[in-house]
Amino acid sequence: MHELSIVCSIVELASQAAEGRSVRRVTIEIGTLSGVEPEAVAFCFPEVARGTPVEDATLDIREIDAKARCEVCGAEFPTPDMLSACPCGSRQFQRLRGEELNIKSIEVEEAA
Amino acid sequence: MCTSCGCQGQGTTMTNLQTGARAEIAALPEHDGVAHSHGSHGHGHFHGEHHHADDEHHAHGHDHSHAHARDRGGHDHAHEHSHHRVDLETRILAKNDAIAAKCRAWLAGREIVALNLVSSPGAGKTTLLERVIADLSGELPLFVIEGDQATSNDGERIRAAGAPVVQVNTGTGCHLDAEMIARALSELKPSVGSLLFIENVGNLVCPALFDLGEHAKAVIFSTTEGEDKPLKYPHMFSAAKLVIFNKIDLLPHLDFSVERARENILRVNPDVEIVEVSAKTGAGMQTLYDWIRAQRTAVKEQALV
Repeated sequence: MHELSIVCSIVELASQAAEGRSVRRVTIEIGTLSGVEPEAVAFCFPEVARGTPVEDATLDIREIDAKARCEVCGAEFPTPDMLSACPCGSRQFQRLRGEELNIKSIEVEEAA
Repeated sequence: MCTSCGCQGQGTTMTNLQTGARAEIAALPEHDGVAHSHGSHGHGHFHGEHHHADDEHHAHGHDHSHAHARDRGGHDHAHEHSHHRVDLETRILAKNDAIAAKCRAWLAGREIVALNLVSSPGAGKTTLLERVIADLSGELPLFVIEGDQATSNDGERIRAAGAPVVQVNTGTGCHLDAEMIARALSELKPSVGSLLFIENVGNLVCPALFDLGEHAKAVIFSTTEGEDKPLKYPHMFSAAKLVIFNKIDLLPHLDFSVERARENILRVNPDVEIVEVSAKTGAGMQTLYDWIRAQRTAVKEQALV
């Protein structure tokens, strides 16, 4: 369950960036080929966040579909798994996206 | 790692099997130290000390894109606050990767080749290391960081084989991370020009994601596993520079196609090198040693640039 470590990092990064304020929302990106299960991240988040500035926050997970560009025919095509080949049959391609594992932003509360 | 909430503040220990020195490793430090103390009270936060009147344990994580850290039970306490967005755009594993980069630079500066050995449990990592230590320790200094959830059984085997070893026990943790390696390196102190093996926790999933600052990941894949293992665990095979195909001495007794296994490995990672060995009989080990020697030469040349 490496997602636990991932969530620990998310909570730590968000807590530091909040600089003492309470966090309302944490937005992250998870690529479909990142090796991280969004469901497992969502499952761990509440317990890891408990007792931190992030404990009241909503976790927004944006899943990013994987896409690659074929080095043979030049086409861009979706790669839903690690084994997909280009429709032209080539296995030589460059991944354009789908491996993201980023924390995009947080929303913090400012006292009025 | 803390068994209550998963944070890695507690539970990871490091033992120098030469000196017996033992230390706790806070692999990922506690959550900014805010209201989340893991003191002698024994992880009580999970069981109630931070509970609020409107708080209750609730099912969570079933929504694929939303998880609320805490159900506020309908109480809206945000009405008197304004919200402010802070853009981060940070890789979630940035901290691990930064520590890994430091380890990598430290190792490179000392011309040490560090190989991160990963496999399923039982693929033969420790037996392979015993053989390597027996065969190569006359040629170059060898050091080992031994990762397991619990026990120093494997570490003791390595020590008996003759290599200095630091055992890292991850508790419930399923992989080694860069902080553990940084701490283990400061304890182990591998010498200039040595060969360092990091025997990761037996697990083909989690270790794929964590850069340890190693020179290369080597997957040990044995003939007693399914030929389709590379297809089932593509991340690990895709992250590897070398596949050590182990237990070839058992092939006459198994219904296992080496050809199909190789095809599957190359399907996931067309650039990977594959060596076929038996750590038990020693067959094929010279090919592995030649590969290791080539890596050492490359690391030395790199150091001169």
